Amino acid sequence: MKITEEMVDYVSILSRLKLPQEEKERMTGELEQILVYMDVLDGLDTSGVEPMSHVFPLKNVLRPDEVVPSGDRAALLANAPVPDEEAFLVPKTVE
Amino acid sequence: MELWEYTALELGGLIQKGELSPTQAAQAALDRMAAEQDRNNAFVTCLDGEAVLAQAADVEKRLAAGEKLSPLAGVPMALKDNICTKGVRTTCASKILGDFTPPYDATAAEKLKAAGGVLLGKLNMDEFAMGSTSETSYYGPTRNPWDLDHAPGGSSGGAAAAVAAGECWYAIGSDTGGSIRQPASYCGVTGLKPTYGSVSRYGLIAYASSLDQLGPLARSADDCAAVLELMAGRDRRDGTSLDNGWGSLTASLTGDLKGLRVGLPADCFGEGLDEEVRAAVLAAAEVLKARGAVVEEFSFPMMKYVVPTYYIIAAAEAISNLSRFDGVKYGWRAEGYEDLTDLYEKTRTQGFGAEVKRRILLGTFVLSAGYYDAYYKKALQVKALIKGAYDEAFEKYDLLLTPVAPTTAPRLGESLGDPLKMYLSDIYTVPLNLAGLPGLSMPCGFDGQGLPIGAQLIGPALGEAKVLNAAHTFQLDTDYHRQSPARKEAQAK
Repeated sequence: MKITEEMVDYVSILSRLKLPQEEKERMTGELEQILVYMDVLDGLDTSGVEPMSHVFPLKNVLRPDEVVPSGDRAALLANAPVPDEEAFLVPKTVE
Repeated sequence: MELWEYTALELGGLIQKGELSPTQAAQAALDRMAAEQDRNNAFVTCLDGEAVLAQAADVEKRLAAGEKLSPLAGVPMALKDNICTKGVRTTCASKILGDFTPPYDATAAEKLKAAGGVLLGKLNMDEFAMGSTSETSYYGPTRNPWDLDHAPGGSSGGAAAAVAAGECWYAIGSDTGGSIRQPASYCGVTGLKPTYGSVSRYGLIAYASSLDQLGPLARSADDCAAVLELMAGRDRRDGTSLDNGWGSLTASLTGDLKGLRVGLPADCFGEGLDEEVRAAVLAAAEVLKARGAVVEEFSFPMMKYVVPTYYIIAAAEAISNLSRFDGVKYGWRAEGYEDLTDLYEKTRTQGFGAEVKRRILLGTFVLSAGYYDAYYKKALQVKALIKGAYDEAFEKYDLLLTPVAPTTAPRLGESLGDPLKMYLSDIYTVPLNLAGLPGLSMPCGFDGQGLPIGAQLIGPALGEAKVLNAAHTFQLDTDYHRQSPARKEAQAK
């Protein structure tokens, strides 16, 4: 698997990361090295194998829908970098 | 014997008998931390003495009032810094959570508090638990108490170092691919990753949700059993938590291994394994044999696929879990942004360290259009095959025995330059997380430099009683778990 800087740019946009040029160059090489190694999986025949997301056979269960207290708003907002009394503040997103 | 050389259960026993007060135990821990923290940097946050002593006084009051609490009531302990603690800063060893103070306790923290645990502080780790040496911490690396020029392992390196240095009697770590077992091995302590779902993950800051599990690090297997009993169980707030059906784990420590079938996967003893580690682990097998276990080698060819499968799945899950760190709801926000996207990008680029960013890029790549089937879906299929291979092995064996890591603790700085090499060193621990199985790391010797070696016991799902009993029995016949770096230093003088 050949990894190019353009591919790293693309996944950086998806990840909301903006790497400085030097870091991008290093990551490109490292990602290629890691992905080349991962190609070892190609040697294993998995045709007909169902992908497994959870190891134990869990199934959905139902419980009564009871109202319980959730987090206290003031306490939760206290951790925000820029809150007001009732919301998280961000730059204007819609003109 | 110094107080810090006791096991957690022994210390708890002194407190139950009234021979030692929780306040005295807490003061002993504080003194030890004052002497050790500057040397090993095991803690990101040390609670101040008054806060620790206040907790001890409270436990003392509850015990005096006749409350039962637990065999570990009044025993000082510490938590890895990815476990939320109400009112106590929880950083995940990241800049991005540098001033995050959770408004609630993780279920595990809440249960230990209710059982009379006295919290000393929050333990250093690799940033977001991503790393195998605890060097990716934004708050500086932890050092291995056995040799301060060596890494303690990771990601729960602070937890292993604090127990080894006698700063706390037990610690709680998290294990996504070996993060409890490998540092336990490097630091000569006992560490248990329980079956996936045994301990609620509520309040554990997530890395890879299908693999993450909390567990104890302590001096002995007995201590691990006692701590796990306090933390485990079904929790309404974690849909994957299990009813374990164990009964009493401490009561299953019988010392009887007659007829126990132990499998040695030949593929875990081949190329890449250090000779001294191999010899020590095989010698551990002999100890189990002498107690009546039947030990046999078998072939486990899936080993060559476990590392790529693990890193694909872990990175893929991580990107989803780490998308919440965006400079809006909690934690650190970059300055000088122009709009919302710029705020996200500047905050995440400057707030995450290199290893975290590497895994985010990797995870995003394996999930991206055109590569999803070749990497992520493929990994989930291989995971099914790995799980199947373990199911088959446990039809023949009660337990498996392997090394924990291919070598002893590396020198600080040695692993950081080569991420792939670091990933490969996780080979013996990651498959258990993929299959959800319990694994315990126990000290089984020392290498020529005097660094500890660990052996890993692996059980079937919810087979904790068997795993812990085998480790307990091993520790009845050996004293590796009783040795400590401070004792070694004292003897050297």
